[in-house]
Parts: sequence; structure tokens; C-alpha cells
Amino acid sequence: MAAPIDRDRLREMLTRGAQLVEVLPAEEYREDHLPGAISIPLTELDRNRVAVLDSSRPVIVYCWDSA
Amino acid sequence: MAPRAAARLELLGFTDVMHYPGGKLDWIAAGLPSEGDNAGHPRAGTVALTDVPVCAIDDRVGDVSKRLGVAVVVDRDGVVLGLLREKELAGDPAARVEDVMLLGPSTFRPYVPIKEIARYMTEHELESSPITTSDGKLVGVLFRADAMRAE
Repeated sequence: MAAPIDRDRLREMLTRGAQLVEVLPAEEYREDHLPGAISIPLTELDRNRVAVLDSSRPVIVYCWDSA
Repeated sequence: MAPRAAARLELLGFTDVMHYPGGKLDWIAAGLPSEGDNAGHPRAGTVALTDVPVCAIDDRVGDVSKRLGVAVVVDRDGVVLGLLREKELAGDPAARVEDVMLLGPSTFRPYVPIKEIARYMTEHELESSPITTSDGKLVGVLFRADAMRAE
């Protein structure tokens, strides 16, 4: 099961090449997203959309908060 | 949403997946830079006044500070229960706060861009609005005049 990480750990992971994915609707991504994040809304999370990700590197997903 | 996305990614063959429960809210609240259409625009949490009078439901109106013309009614955890505006603060000093407070005031989250709030406050003739976290805790109070200036 995917581990939850805090902000400090996230920043550390990003410096080490982790990939960051925002899973909110694309409109919310357009308004605001974390630097370097790519947009793959949860409703579109299929094999085609994840093809842009490198499965050999860590992936971190986020939305607005823990909800 | 993020834990579900993480589970989905694992099903799709990703083996090193993490999720950031703090999310955009935590990131922006920490003052870290974001990208997108709203980046660089002032937000509720940065324009709001954080040093604001608070009181409890059992307090008497006469004992509540009137220095800003507004006081936020909170419980012991800081969760917003109501609001005392100028007219309530000017009422009977012996009245219990709970009996006169405005219930369920409009609140905004700290990350909301000021331009959106300024418009809402003008349309709804709100002089001030509490800014709260997603679990209802008080962050500060945003005054319409400050929102209009920062817009």
C-alpha cells in the first residue's frame, strides 16, 4: 500500500527524481499546482495516461488535502 | 482522492508509489511557490489578519474586545462556531455570546485567491469573513477593505 509522506519528505523525494502527479480535475490543475507536477485526473487514470510516467522511478500523487 | 489514485497506480504496475496527504493546501499554506493561473496572486490566508479577537459561547458580549469591530466565536479547539459583528458587539453587554452570535458565517479557505473572495464579499455585502482550515479551525479574518486593496 502506498505510503503517506509529509512536505519535507516530498521535497526531498523531488530532488531525487521522484515524479509528482496531481489527480484533481484538469481545471483545478490549471489554476494551481505544485512546481513540476503533471496532471492526470483520477477519473482518467488509465494505462494510456500513465504511459508518460517512468515506472522505475518513485511516483507521488496528491490532491487538495487528505480527503 | 490521492490514496485511491495511489492504489490505482499500483494496480497499473507502479511499485514505488507515495501520496502526499497535505496536498496543495499544505503546500500553499506553507508559503511555497505554486504554478498555474493563480500563482503569484494574493490569497485569503496571506491577506487575512491573524491577530483577531476571539471569544467563547459562554462569554458576555460586554467582555469581548471591540477593537476590530468583529470577533470570532470559537470552541476550545479553535473551530469557528459563529461571528459577532459590529451590531452584535454593540448590543446588550450582559447577553451571552451564544444567544446573539451570527451562526454559520461564510468562511473561506486560506488558499482561495483574493480576487474571488473580494467579488463574493461585495456581492453579499460582507464586511469580514473568517478564514478557516478544512477542519473548520480559525486562521484569521479577512476584511473586505483589505481584500479590495489586495485584489
